[in-house]
Amino acid sequence: MAWFKKSKAPIAPVESKKVQMPAGLWTKCKNCEEIIYSKEIERNLNVCPKCDYHFRISARERIDLVIDEGSFNETDPDMASVDFLKFKDSKKYVDRIKAAVAKNGGGDAVVTGSGLMNDQEVVVAVFDFAFLGGSMGSVVGEKITRAIELGLEKKAPVMVFSSSGGARMQESILSLMQMAKTSAALAKLKKAGIPFLSVLTDPTTGGVTASFAMLGDLNIAEPKALIGFAGPRVIEQTIRQQLPEGFQRSEYLLDHGMVDMIVSRQEMKARLSQALRIFTQQASAS
Amino acid sequence: MQFFLDFEKPLVELDQKIRELRDYTTANVDFSADIKKLEKKSAKLRDEIFSNLTRWQRTQLARHQVRPYTLDYVKHIFTDWFEVHGDRNFRDDPALVCGFARLDDEPCAIIGHQKGRDTKEKVYRNFGMPNPEGYRKALRVMQMAEQFGLPIFTFVDTPGAFPGIGAEERGQAEAIARNLREMAALTVPVIVTVTGEGGSGGALAIAVGNKVQMMQHSVYAVISPEGCAAILWSDGARGPEAAEALKLTSTDIDSLGVIIDDVIPEPLGGAHNDHAAAAATVKEYLKKHLEELKKLSPEELVEQRYQKFRAMSIIEE
Ligand SMILES: [Zn+2]
Repeated sequence: MAWFKKSKAPIAPVESKKVQMPAGLWTKCKNCEEIIYSKEIERNLNVCPKCDYHFRISARERIDLVIDEGSFNETDPDMASVDFLKFKDSKKYVDRIKAAVAKNGGGDAVVTGSGLMNDQEVVVAVFDFAFLGGSMGSVVGEKITRAIELGLEKKAPVMVFSSSGGARMQESILSLMQMAKTSAALAKLKKAGIPFLSVLTDPTTGGVTASFAMLGDLNIAEPKALIGFAGPRVIEQTIRQQLPEGFQRSEYLLDHGMVDMIVSRQEMKARLSQALRIFTQQASAS
Repeated sequence: MQFFLDFEKPLVELDQKIRELRDYTTANVDFSADIKKLEKKSAKLRDEIFSNLTRWQRTQLARHQVRPYTLDYVKHIFTDWFEVHGDRNFRDDPALVCGFARLDDEPCAIIGHQKGRDTKEKVYRNFGMPNPEGYRKALRVMQMAEQFGLPIFTFVDTPGAFPGIGAEERGQAEAIARNLREMAALTVPVIVTVTGEGGSGGALAIAVGNKVQMMQHSVYAVISPEGCAAILWSDGARGPEAAEALKLTSTDIDSLGVIIDDVIPEPLGGAHNDHAAAAATVKEYLKKHLEELKKLSPEELVEQRYQKFRAMSIIEE
């Protein structure tokens, strides 16, 4: 489980030595810092039973939660990133891709396809944060654009579940252009009167937020997700001020009018389905 | 020219010498042979320096303090200019200027980032970094241009969107995203010129055009070299290395084939050496592109723009 490794975040070193956690059996919640039996979190759809923090989940887990069992048809599973700039920092981009593909068992930072949601046909694109931080390069932009175009073709609602650090630096200018490309496709979808729902999960930042993720007919956030354009560290360094409590969290965005609602993972499928059935003038799911 | 970059220094000194010799020239003393020699040397040196610029040096040229800004291009290229202000929601954003004018006789709308020259104006213009109000004002003006059937010229020159609390609270991500979607649907010609820094989302928010061109010494990237270095190496001072990795010059971007239509040549030594000459070349390109786009119907303009951006990816499948 990829999210478990992320719990290395800011834990006081002394404390972490005191608590001997058998790997995988116990999980420390990133938000409330409670030590919880991992199975209990899993049973709760990877939501902390103590504080309702929504752990990051893989694209596959997400698809299982919202798409009717056995109905998902993946599109473009083999589309792969190319290191056309020969980008190198501490590691070559081409090696980063290879490592991420190996770790994730193929694919890129987004999984796309069509399926049924309470018997209604939908097209979905779901981010995998574990794949290079869910960053958007050519492949992610292309797959999302094709998903939107598939929605146009099928006249089926489109949903994107975002979890991304933003544009992928290693593809520089072309990553930036994915923002324009995906948003242009959404212009067509809007003109065709087809619903687009954007679900923002932890974290959704940078170029993903500043394109399709904020363009939902509904913008729906999971509780306590980090959502913003500029990262909190960059803002702090620029303005040299402490950020307000809860800044750039779902609840803060709701207060400031940027998202329509906050929906917990347990209720997500029902709520999405309810809205889509109203937007497409269909009878409610039984 | 009072401000110059390190690598411009030998040139500036040589040019200064030439000017002095000219000043000393009288009826009795003739330096013309020396002047000629120095001029030749200066031209050669200029050629040498400017044909071997690193990506970081070109980034510095793109940010040159004497480089022409949007309002300089407006002054040299257009007539009948008037500026309009405000997003009708919150306030006016001086980092992004909008207005209407004529290109020769042709009425048009103009949108561009605006930087300041001196400290006071730099602060007033927020160093060319827009807040959400800037993008929203730009969209208001672009949709007004559509209403009146006017072509839109945009001039891109920003370090990026402003990373501030207010900008986030007022939804800069939504403002940028909305511009991307709405620009894609505009039924009038949109011609984009990256004049200096094409910095990330703050640049792209006014850069979804039927034609996109870059000035020779402009740069365009998903993140600033300093920002990139801060993320990659936790050291913003390693910008020069990040600039190399980001491949952000007009030459780099032109070589990708799918992003820009033209690289606009600049006067020798960069646009800052001759604003009028730089603007005259830009004007030629604007007119050329406009003539071409005027042949397209509103629907064809939308489709041409869509296909242009649709083609922007390099993937393997
Ligand atoms: Zn918790």
